[in-house]
Amino acid sequence: MDDLIVEFLTETNESLMELDTDLIKLEQNPNDKDLISKIFRLMHTIKGTCGFLGLPRLETVAHRAENVLGRFRDGNLEVTPAYVSLILESLDRVRYLLGHIEETGTEPEGEDSDLTEKLDAVYEGRDGGADTASAPAAAAPGPVEIEVEFPSVQEKHAEESAPQVAAAKTEAPAAAQMQTKETAESAIANQSLRVNMGVLENLMTMVSELVLTRNQLLQIARTEKENNFATPLQRLNHVVSDLQEGVMKTRMQPIGNAWAKLPRIIRDLSIELGKKIDLEMTGQDTELDRQVLDMIKDPLTHMVRNSGDHGIETPAERAKSGKPETGKIHLRAYHEGGHIIIEIADDGKGLPTEKIRQKIISNGLASEEEAMKLSPQQVHQFIFHAGFSTADKVTSVSGRGVGMDVVRTNIEKIGGSIEMKSAEGKGSTFYIKIPLTLAIVSSLIVESAGERFAIPQLAVRELVLVSQKSENRIEMIRNTPVFRLRDKLLPLVSLEDLLKLGNNTDTDLATRFEHKYIIVTQVGNYSFGLIVDQVFDTEEIVVKPVAKILKDIDLFSGNTILGDGSVIMILDPGGIAKVTGENNVTDSASDTAEDNRRIAADKKTSLLLFTAGQGSPKAVPLSLISRLENVEVSSIEQTDGQMLVQYRGSLMPILPFSNDIDLESVSAKPLLVFADRGKSVGLIVDEIVDIREEAIEIQLDGKRQGVFGSAIISGKATEIVDVMHFLNSVHGDWFKDHGDEPFLQHDKRKQGGGSSSKRILLVDDSPFFRNMLCPLLTAAGYEVVAVEGPSKALELTESEENFDIIISDIEMPDMNGYDFATRVRANEKWQNTPMVALTSHATPEDIDHGYESGFDEYIAKFDRDTLLSTISKTLSRGIEA
Amino acid sequence: MSEGTQHNQSERGKSALSSTEGKTKEFLTIEIQGQLFGIPILQVQDVLGELKVTRIPLAPPQVSGSLNLRGRIVTAIDVRKCLGLPSLESSEDSHRMSVVVNHDDELYSLIIDSVGDVLTLHNKDFEANPATLDLIWKSVSLGVYRLQGRILVVLDVPKLLSSLQHPN
Repeated sequence: MDDLIVEFLTETNESLMELDTDLIKLEQNPNDKDLISKIFRLMHTIKGTCGFLGLPRLETVAHRAENVLGRFRDGNLEVTPAYVSLILESLDRVRYLLGHIEETGTEPEGEDSDLTEKLDAVYEGRDGGADTASAPAAAAPGPVEIEVEFPSVQEKHAEESAPQVAAAKTEAPAAAQMQTKETAESAIANQSLRVNMGVLENLMTMVSELVLTRNQLLQIARTEKENNFATPLQRLNHVVSDLQEGVMKTRMQPIGNAWAKLPRIIRDLSIELGKKIDLEMTGQDTELDRQVLDMIKDPLTHMVRNSGDHGIETPAERAKSGKPETGKIHLRAYHEGGHIIIEIADDGKGLPTEKIRQKIISNGLASEEEAMKLSPQQVHQFIFHAGFSTADKVTSVSGRGVGMDVVRTNIEKIGGSIEMKSAEGKGSTFYIKIPLTLAIVSSLIVESAGERFAIPQLAVRELVLVSQKSENRIEMIRNTPVFRLRDKLLPLVSLEDLLKLGNNTDTDLATRFEHKYIIVTQVGNYSFGLIVDQVFDTEEIVVKPVAKILKDIDLFSGNTILGDGSVIMILDPGGIAKVTGENNVTDSASDTAEDNRRIAADKKTSLLLFTAGQGSPKAVPLSLISRLENVEVSSIEQTDGQMLVQYRGSLMPILPFSNDIDLESVSAKPLLVFADRGKSVGLIVDEIVDIREEAIEIQLDGKRQGVFGSAIISGKATEIVDVMHFLNSVHGDWFKDHGDEPFLQHDKRKQGGGSSSKRILLVDDSPFFRNMLCPLLTAAGYEVVAVEGPSKALELTESEENFDIIISDIEMPDMNGYDFATRVRANEKWQNTPMVALTSHATPEDIDHGYESGFDEYIAKFDRDTLLSTISKTLSRGIEA
Repeated sequence: MSEGTQHNQSERGKSALSSTEGKTKEFLTIEIQGQLFGIPILQVQDVLGELKVTRIPLAPPQVSGSLNLRGRIVTAIDVRKCLGLPSLESSEDSHRMSVVVNHDDELYSLIIDSVGDVLTLHNKDFEANPATLDLIWKSVSLGVYRLQGRILVVLDVPKLLSSLQHPN
C-alpha cells in the first residue's frame, strides 16, 4: 500500500479514536462548540486528503458532513440529538470506509447516497426536523445504520428502535459488516504507538545510567582476574548493549522525514529558474537520532537548493555542453562505521575554480600568489568561508553569501563534518558525515593540577608531548605560551591557568612546562592547544547538564560519571575558544587611530625572507615575485656593465642585491625574478630563508637605497626591500608607460617648504600597500590618513575631516574604487577633492572607467615616483584652479 | 527595610509551617558550629556520610563540588560558607555529613557538621527571626523554635540555594 495512504489511515484512525471519548459528551451536551469544531476539522482534513489520494467515496461523505458541521459550528443550526446521531453516523461511515481501505487498499464498492442525502437535507434545511427534539423523527429515515454502528446511541434509543436493530442485523449484512469492523480495532493504528518524547527522553536517560553503571562494573571486574561475576557480567554487558541500541532506535527517524519537503522545493526552483531538474533520493529509510535529524534539516534543504541554483545549468547550457537537458540531483543516505553519510550529488557545472580563486583574492582570504598555488580542491574549500558566494546575483534562492559557512557550522555543531569534490563541467558532490546520536559521546580524559576533565574526542586533532629540552617545547611571548606545530604557531591555553586550578608561581619555563601534553583542539577553523598534565584513555560518556547554579561557567558543556564512579566535568572546546578569544578582542580595543593601524597590522602579508650580503635578513612581499630560480654563476654574462642571463629564450637583466654578494666562490645563486608587462629582472641574493605570513608594520628607515624600512618578522628586525628601486635601476623606463618622468627631490623640496602639509586620504584594502605607501608619502612631506575600505573612508565624510587629495585602490572587497569615486563625487563635501586611482590592473578601459567615475588620475600601484609626481601635480593644479 | 523583610519572612514561615493540618511539624535537625538547625523533613531526600567530591573549577566558593549519588550527579554546597562561617579544619572535615535535598528538580547535597534526630515541633514554640539576627542568617532562616534549652533555626533551603544561583 502507498506509504501516504498508510500514514493517512494511521492519523485518521488516531483522530477518530480520540473523538470516541468525546462523542459520549456530545450526546450529553450537543452544543459543545469545541467538539463540533474538532469533528469539523477532522472531516475537513479527510476531505482534503482524500481528494489528493483519490478516494472519492470517502471524500464525498466527508464533504457533505463538513457542510452540516459547518452550519452547527457557525451556530446556524441547533444541534439536536437527532443531528448528533447523524454526525455519528457520518463518522461511522468514515470509519467503515477507512477500514475497507486499510484492508484492501481501495474503497469498497457501493455508494453513500443514503447518508449524503440526509446530510444534504439537513444542510439545505429541508429535513424539517430541525426544531424538534424528537430523535426518532430525525433518525427515522435511516435508523438501521445508526443503531448498528453506535452502541452508545443504540442504548439510548434502545426502546424506540429495538425492532429495527433486530431487523438490521439480519437484513443488512453490509451494516453488520460495518459493525465487525467497528469492534475490531484498526489494525494499522495498533501497529504503531505515539509516545511522548519526554517518555523516550526519560527512558534514554535511564539507559544511559545503566550504561554508566555497567561500565563501572566492568572496570571493577577487570581488576580481578578470577571472578564469579565474570559470566553474569558478560551477559549483563550484552543485554545492556542491546537495550541501549533498542532505546536508541525509539528515537530514530528515517531521514526521509527531513527530505519530504525537498521534491517540492526543487519543483518550485526549476520553475523559477527555468531549469529542468530531477531529484532522486535513495536511502530514505536510513534512520538517525531525531535530535540530529532536526539539526540537519535546514542545512540539507539549503544545500539541495544550492545544487539546483548554482549547480544545475539551464537546459540550453546543458544541451550546449552535450548533457541531457534535465539535470539530476541525487540525494543518498547510508550508514558507514557508526556514522551516517549523506551525499548530495549533482551533474551540473561544478564549482567554477577560477572564479572562486579570484574571489579568494579579492576578498583578501589569500594573497594572489598563494591563491594561484592552491589546488582546485583547496580552492573549493573556500566556499565554506563566511560571506562567500559565487552567485553573481542574489536570487531568492541563493547568493546572499550566507550559506555554506552556516551549513558547515551547523554540521560541525553536531559533531559532523562536510567534504566536497567537484569537477568543472561534470558536477559536484557533497559528503556530510554525521554521528548517529548525540546522547553518548566519546571523550578523552585528561588531568590538570590533579583534577580530571573530559574533552570530546571530536574536537581533538592530535596530542603532543612537550619536552622543554627538545624541539617540542613551549615558548612564551610575554605571558602567552605558544607552540610551533609544523611551522605554524599554535596558541596555547593552560588548562590549569584557565580554570584557576593551582597558584602556579613557577615562572621557569623549563620546569613549568616540562613533560606536559598539548591537546591540539579545533573549533571550526580555529585551532588551539590545551596544556594538560596527563592524558588518560578515551571513554564513552553520557553528557548530563550541569546544575543550574553552574550554568554561568561557559567552559563546561556538562558533566558525567566515569566508569570508576567519580564525577567529572566535560570541557566545552567552543566555550574555551570563546573565552580565550574574547580576551584578545578586549586587548585590542583602543583608540581609533590605533585601531586602524591594528586592523592593518592584523591583515597578513606573505613575505619571502632571504639574506643578501651583510646586515639583517631581508624580506620582499611574495606577491611581487613571479618566480624563484637558481642561476649558475657561469651562465651570467656581462654586457655594457649589465649582468644578463638567458632566461626562457630571452635575455633577462640581473643584478646582485648588494655589492658584497659573493659571486666568485659559489657555482650557483638563488635568483628572485620580478616580472611585469613582459619585462623581467632577476635579483641575486645569498640564500632564501623562509616564507612567512605575517602582519608587518614597516618602520621607515633612513634613505638607504633599495630598502623601504624595517619590520619585525619572526622576532627579528628585517629589512623590507623596495623592489621598485631595483626595477628602475635596470629598466629606467619600467613604468614609463603609465606616468611621467621620474620625479624626485624637486617636489620634495616644494612640499617641505609648505607651511602646512597637505592631507592625503589613502584607501586601500591591502595592509601591505597601506604600510608601504604611508611611510613613503609621509617621507615626502604629506600627512596621511589610511583606511582599509571605501566605507571607512565615507564614514570620515561624516566627521569634520578634510583632505587635499584622495588616493584610492580600485579592487576592494566591499566597494570597488569606481563606486567609491562616484559616491565621493555625489557627496557635497568632498566633491571637489582630487582623486587618484591606484591600481595594479590598468587597461585603457579601466582608465576610462576611472575617469568616468570621477578620478582625476589613474596610476600604477608599484610606481612610487609617478605616484609622488602625480600627487604633487594634482595638488598644484588644485591650487592654481 | 529590615523590618519589612522580617515581617514577610515571618508570614512566609507561618504559612509554610501551618500548612499541615496539625499543630506540629517534623524537622531533621542538623548542627553547624554548635548551632541547631532544622530542615523540614519532607524536603530531605537522603543523609550521606563523607563522599568523594569532585571540585568544580570557577564555581562559586559555596559550591564544594559534585558527587555521584547512585548514578545521579549531586552538587555539594558548603552550608558553612553560605552562612559566613569559617571552614572546618581538614581533620574534622572527614566527619562531616550532608543532607541531600531536591531543588528545582536538581539534587543538592548540603554539607553540614552533623545530623541529629528528627524532631516533632509544636507551632506554639515557633517565633519569627529575632530582628537583630545576622543578615545572612536572616535571609536563609524561616524563623526559630524555642526548644528546651536550645534554639532551633529553620533553614529555608530553597532560599539558600536560589541565592547561590544569583550571587549578589
